[in-house]
Amino acid sequence: MADMLDVRDLKIGATAYPPGEPPKDIKIVHGVSFTLEKGKVLGLIGESGAGKSTIGLAALAYGRGGVRITGGEVLLDGENILDLPASGIRDIRGRRVCYVAQSAAAAFNPAHRLGDQVIEAAVRHGVMSRSEAWERAKYLFRVLGLPDPDSFGRRYPHQVSGGQLQRAMTAMALCPGPELIVFDEPTTALDVTTQIDVLAAIKRAIEETHTAALYITHDLAVVAQISDDIMVLRHGNMVEYGSVQQIIEAPEEDYTRELVSVTESLKQEAPEQSEALLRISGVDASYAGDFKVLHDVSVHLPRGQTLAVVGESGSGKSTLARVITGLLPPSKGDVTFNGTVLPPKFADRNKEQLRQVQMLYQMADTAMNPRQTVRDIIGRPLTFYFGLRGAEKTRRVTELLDQIEMGTGFIDRYPAELSGGQKQRVCIARALAAEPEVILCDEPTSALDPLVAAGILKLLLRLQKESDLSYLFITHDIATVRAISDSIAVMYQGRVVRFGPKSKVLAPPFDDYTDLLLKSVPEMRLGWLEEVLATRRMGSAGH
Amino acid sequence: MKWRAIPLSAWIGLAGIAAALFCAIFAPLIAPYGEREVVGDIWLPIGGEFLLGTDNLGRDLLSRLIYGAQTTIFVALAATVLSFSLGVMLSFTAAVVGGWTDQGLSRLNDLMMSIPTLIFALIVLAVLPQELWILILVMAVLDSTRVFRLGRAVAVDITVMEFVEAARLRGEGRLWIIFREILPNTLSPLLAEFGLRFAFAVLFLSTLSFLGLGIQPPEADWGGIVKDNKDGIIFGIPAALIPGAAIAGLAICVNLVVDWLLNRTASLKGGRGDG
Repeated sequence: MADMLDVRDLKIGATAYPPGEPPKDIKIVHGVSFTLEKGKVLGLIGESGAGKSTIGLAALAYGRGGVRITGGEVLLDGENILDLPASGIRDIRGRRVCYVAQSAAAAFNPAHRLGDQVIEAAVRHGVMSRSEAWERAKYLFRVLGLPDPDSFGRRYPHQVSGGQLQRAMTAMALCPGPELIVFDEPTTALDVTTQIDVLAAIKRAIEETHTAALYITHDLAVVAQISDDIMVLRHGNMVEYGSVQQIIEAPEEDYTRELVSVTESLKQEAPEQSEALLRISGVDASYAGDFKVLHDVSVHLPRGQTLAVVGESGSGKSTLARVITGLLPPSKGDVTFNGTVLPPKFADRNKEQLRQVQMLYQMADTAMNPRQTVRDIIGRPLTFYFGLRGAEKTRRVTELLDQIEMGTGFIDRYPAELSGGQKQRVCIARALAAEPEVILCDEPTSALDPLVAAGILKLLLRLQKESDLSYLFITHDIATVRAISDSIAVMYQGRVVRFGPKSKVLAPPFDDYTDLLLKSVPEMRLGWLEEVLATRRMGSAGH
Repeated sequence: MKWRAIPLSAWIGLAGIAAALFCAIFAPLIAPYGEREVVGDIWLPIGGEFLLGTDNLGRDLLSRLIYGAQTTIFVALAATVLSFSLGVMLSFTAAVVGGWTDQGLSRLNDLMMSIPTLIFALIVLAVLPQELWILILVMAVLDSTRVFRLGRAVAVDITVMEFVEAARLRGEGRLWIIFREILPNTLSPLLAEFGLRFAFAVLFLSTLSFLGLGIQPPEADWGGIVKDNKDGIIFGIPAALIPGAAIAGLAICVNLVVDWLLNRTASLKGGRGDG
């Protein structure tokens, strides 16, 4: 049987605009080839900048933002779609090849009903009539497990949850009955507990409709559940290409092996201590109005240890950090640091109290002033808290750059001239410059690629050992929690449902939510998704 | 910064501004005749004895234009700089402090903006003594309402960014936050607005002079020269068009330079040169 999609020696380039220099041409993808049969799923995996999305879009003969396909062939049923005129490509897009974007919230037009958007491509291309398309949409909503499939299409995008929206987008892609769907990180922005439903829905829908799919992600454990073959990409080159089983169980390349083994535990659990450096007791907090976000939260963090706060989005974990910093004064309860109660508002705290609690943000991009150089960013706390100036300050900035494993060559760069991991390192250096006792880390690694994130975690642990730092580490990623924490607080809907040392929290018997959370974390082995779904069905049948 | 990186359009703008500034600064040295000196017949044609001809009273138009550059650029520049200092300070304070301060300043600004600018200026200038600094002040205050609107909108977006939050948590004072964290990040839109506002200030001054409330004769300014010579247009005399062209030319030159500055500052953010 002929391959449905045959990509041969694909080369993609773009024009770069480095600051202060004339534009230059760069190569993004250097000759990648793969084939895909009807009804099969190929996973494209790699860190950001590996070219995986670019390759995915090339299957629609599309280059995003100045990206050009400079060589090679993309054969769809034996026909090179790169040679087609614009009208021919239009005919293929949305009919024979469809695309599912990472952020469904941004991809749907908020002013139109979901159903109208789902059937739009099928009707526009004349694949089916409006009423036929509606019937198919309802069928797809049912297959994808959406609630109330007959009337789901009448809702607007803001009326459904993120996971449902992502499934609606999958329905949109499947509606015209395409031969190929390109999934571009469809579950990356979702919570683990939601991700599992979406994954299962996508898998079932692909099987039912016998559609071929390209599945792009940076999470090897996810792609292992859904694909038949996997291609590992790095810097626009193919690293390894093989069946799922071979990649997961017997990777040949070093880089693949690193990806497979990235989530190992990094730390021995510290002994439990009752004496706490930071203690949050009985905190209630609400945002403007009466919307209560935190209910009676009590946790504590001993010196030199890491407390991981874990939960899905909306569980109140970032709000907890805002209460500790004093950005959101609690309506009840208080925050005690080193035996003294901190004033609820940060404006009422003195310089010393502010210095001792520093913060790391999820998006290092927005946490640094884009108009300041690394020297200014790291140097400011030195001047502000310790009055360092001139050569003394430069010496200390250099020291800090060494501590975060970046050379002095970076000292005069702007944040825009740093990579994602380097930006987060500079943020760490800024926090260290204040010589704090506690660092609040608000998902500092969740926007980073797995290997880069592992590097940041190792750095944080080394610094903890060297300077006896305490971390309150907010995350939704259980693997990170396992890797770095001494104690864990599990949050759900603004309450702490489980709190204690790591070994106790992660050991049975579990409460319902922790159980669901732990079981939803994708594991890097074949058949995991089926197993979880099977136990879930049994569980719900038992109730 | 490399000289070769400056695009041609910016060079044209820079050259135009330099020429205007040169005329303004060295007016008495380069003007062939005096500002108020009647040198010949009225409305003599271009070329011949007087390079640009003469005006409605028989004064040399080129000399009037050169002296006019002095007043026009000085008043417009002073008014724009003043309006920006005022508008930016107040708007950033409103954005950073928020709450009642923000409400008070913003509503006061709305009140000012609800009065048509020209009528407001006409009334105020008719009542107050006709002095240069009062003219500049009135222009600056009226213009600052527009700057306030823009400044507040831009600053509010930046105030909620995490690096500002980080600075607040560090314990930084309000002045540091306004001048070190917010101002550098609002330079792009503010610079663009500065170019526009400067051009508008030249036009506004010209309008006021045209109506007889701006620069008082016999002192020359570009708008005033247009007014003096407007009747000539009926007879096919181009004397009114030449200062008009000077106003347009200066406005274009300023905006060419501002466009280039915008691109340069935008690239620091990692943005593409041409947006």
